[in-house]
Amino acid sequence: MEILVCIKQVPGTSKIDVDPITGVLKRDGVDSKMNPYDLFALETALRLKEQHGGTIKVISMGPPQAKDVIREAYMMGVDEGALVSDRKFAGADVLATSYTISQGVRQLGSFDLILCGKQTTDGDTAQVGPEMAEYLGIPHIANVLNIIEVNDTSILVEMDMANTIEVAEINFPCLLTVEKDIFQPRLPSYKRKLSTKDREIKIISFKDFEDQNEHRYGLAGSPTQVERIFPPSANTDRETWTGTPEELSSQIVNKLRQFKFV
Amino acid sequence: MNNYKTLDAHDREFLVSLLGEERVFTGEAISDDFSHDELGGISKLPEALVNVLTTDEVSKIMRYAYDNNIPVVARGSGTGLVGASVPIFGGIMLNMSGMNKILELDEENLTLTLEPGVLLMEISKYVEDHDLFYPPDPGEKSATIGGNINTNAGGMRAVKYGVTRDYIRGLEIVLPNGSVINVGGKVVKNSSGYSIKDLICGSEGTLGIVTKATLKLIPLPKKAISLLIPFPDLDKAISTVPKIIKSKSVPTAIEFMQREVILAAEEFLGKKFPDNSSDAYLLLTFDGNSIEELEKDYEKVANICLEEGALDAFIIDTDERKEAVWSARGAFLEAVKASTTDMDECDVVVPRNKVAEFIKYTHLLQEEFEVRIRSFGHAGDGNLHVYVLKDNLSDEAWPKKLAEVFDAMYRKSQELHGLVSGEHGIGYAKKQYMFDQYEPEFVELMKNIKLAFDPKNILNPGKVCE
Repeated sequence: MEILVCIKQVPGTSKIDVDPITGVLKRDGVDSKMNPYDLFALETALRLKEQHGGTIKVISMGPPQAKDVIREAYMMGVDEGALVSDRKFAGADVLATSYTISQGVRQLGSFDLILCGKQTTDGDTAQVGPEMAEYLGIPHIANVLNIIEVNDTSILVEMDMANTIEVAEINFPCLLTVEKDIFQPRLPSYKRKLSTKDREIKIISFKDFEDQNEHRYGLAGSPTQVERIFPPSANTDRETWTGTPEELSSQIVNKLRQFKFV
Repeated sequence: MNNYKTLDAHDREFLVSLLGEERVFTGEAISDDFSHDELGGISKLPEALVNVLTTDEVSKIMRYAYDNNIPVVARGSGTGLVGASVPIFGGIMLNMSGMNKILELDEENLTLTLEPGVLLMEISKYVEDHDLFYPPDPGEKSATIGGNINTNAGGMRAVKYGVTRDYIRGLEIVLPNGSVINVGGKVVKNSSGYSIKDLICGSEGTLGIVTKATLKLIPLPKKAISLLIPFPDLDKAISTVPKIIKSKSVPTAIEFMQREVILAAEEFLGKKFPDNSSDAYLLLTFDGNSIEELEKDYEKVANICLEEGALDAFIIDTDERKEAVWSARGAFLEAVKASTTDMDECDVVVPRNKVAEFIKYTHLLQEEFEVRIRSFGHAGDGNLHVYVLKDNLSDEAWPKKLAEVFDAMYRKSQELHGLVSGEHGIGYAKKQYMFDQYEPEFVELMKNIKLAFDPKNILNPGKVCE
């Protein structure tokens, strides 16, 4: 099975300050990491390969330092990786990003299965996966909770529909975005770090694309206008209760009912 | 010697006049929680439980108890494991947990002054918000700093940073006769007479009552990376540790764990550990100020481990990965507890190059005594936590079996030049093992020290050296 996993480099922590005036993220001195949701997609791919054979490639889009997440994917067992990188791609919204990556995917060959994390921790839109599939003209399922069965021409999965779980069969080639915790991601291996340190990372830039219309990429290709970026307000509400164990336990039960946790 | 006065209405009146009705509890008003710590098998309620809030209150109560020959025990969160805070002679129990204010963060001297009831988890959060670090890291985060000082608590970071005693700059102490003394201070160096603060640290509430402490802080290391290193067997894993130490790279923690404990934690937490395919693992943590510095450190150690037969070295570098590994590590004790009916723990400390030998010995004991023994934890500082599990043993057979296994383990520890307790203390439960190991002159010296502090023997009597 030929599998492609889409991965993204995101800030290493959620505690990033936003400049209150310009709305720009203060990324200086902040470490980066692979989008945690992508680790679940990678683990899914690695397990499918273990069972069904084939190769796994990863693709990422970002500045040159995003090579680090491809190296990390190598350390987890991925065979090949490519980075879609060009100044012309800067400022892309979800639409331009999806289109750009779909152009990159076409340069990497054909795949039976494309896997994405369900969303990123910095953008949180959960749109890039499905939009890419639309541009590639392949079927897709988002929020996959579980893989039930893999056949020669199709894959049977459980998808999370918020209030229900639906089982669907989807033909290859297709794209799936997988839920957190579909599998516990493996850790990067130091042994693989040593054995893959010289492995090539293919760079794909604008000039490699089939579609040379610059207006489809970067800021020019982005209909979304960001008005303002601001940190979400943190809820620090707290209540302190005192009383006998009996009083307190019924108080907790009432509170949990009120929040509909039970 | 133990002719203590039983509390009467007059004594209660004194306590109420000092603290008010709402802070004095007697008879059935005392919750059973105050009769024990986390060690099973020993419990006794105090005759009066009082919630103290100031040094002055502690001092006045001690003076009164001294004049009236009433035993007194100070208690923090009650998370001890050797019965040190159990009032075996009744008397007055001082609940110190209300003295829980952080008094001063001195960023020019890098010290934190606080009351004894502040919880360990509150300290780390408070100082880390200021980019500072209080390194001692015992597993029980709901313990009070007063309790930590009194047991000289250790924790996982001892390999690199040392233990509680290394971070005490000064103490305010109420002596058994009610007088208040200050020892140490904010000073870095101190050659001014006997180091009473170091004697109080680890004295398990028998010499004086800590009412204020000044702790040493260090700058918070900015980065941390852990390695999870799978080995084909425990022997290979633990035998590698002295080689890591010899390499002079200094991990903050070196922990060992076996597959069976990992599986128990997976079942207990209902979630998977990132790797459970190997029989034994070492978990090492490195901290520092840059990723480059950490990489250099961990690569050196990873290479040593591979040379010694490790199957790989997995890198734990993000919050999610740390959470996946450390949440399981944090649940080991509870998971082992949940797998059996009762258990007891041996907290011996042996020279670091003897850890493997000791662990191997516990495997032999397992077969010899037909009892389940589990161990995990610190491999880098020689402090072992070995759990003997009751499983299906009857209530009659259990204490006998436990005593036999414990006797064997403490004998082995002594043979390896180890000591009875690495971090939990002697308290009530481990006294005999300590007496068996120390020469009579040593015990006599401890008794004389106790006598010098507490001539009437009213402060936490019956513990440590008595």
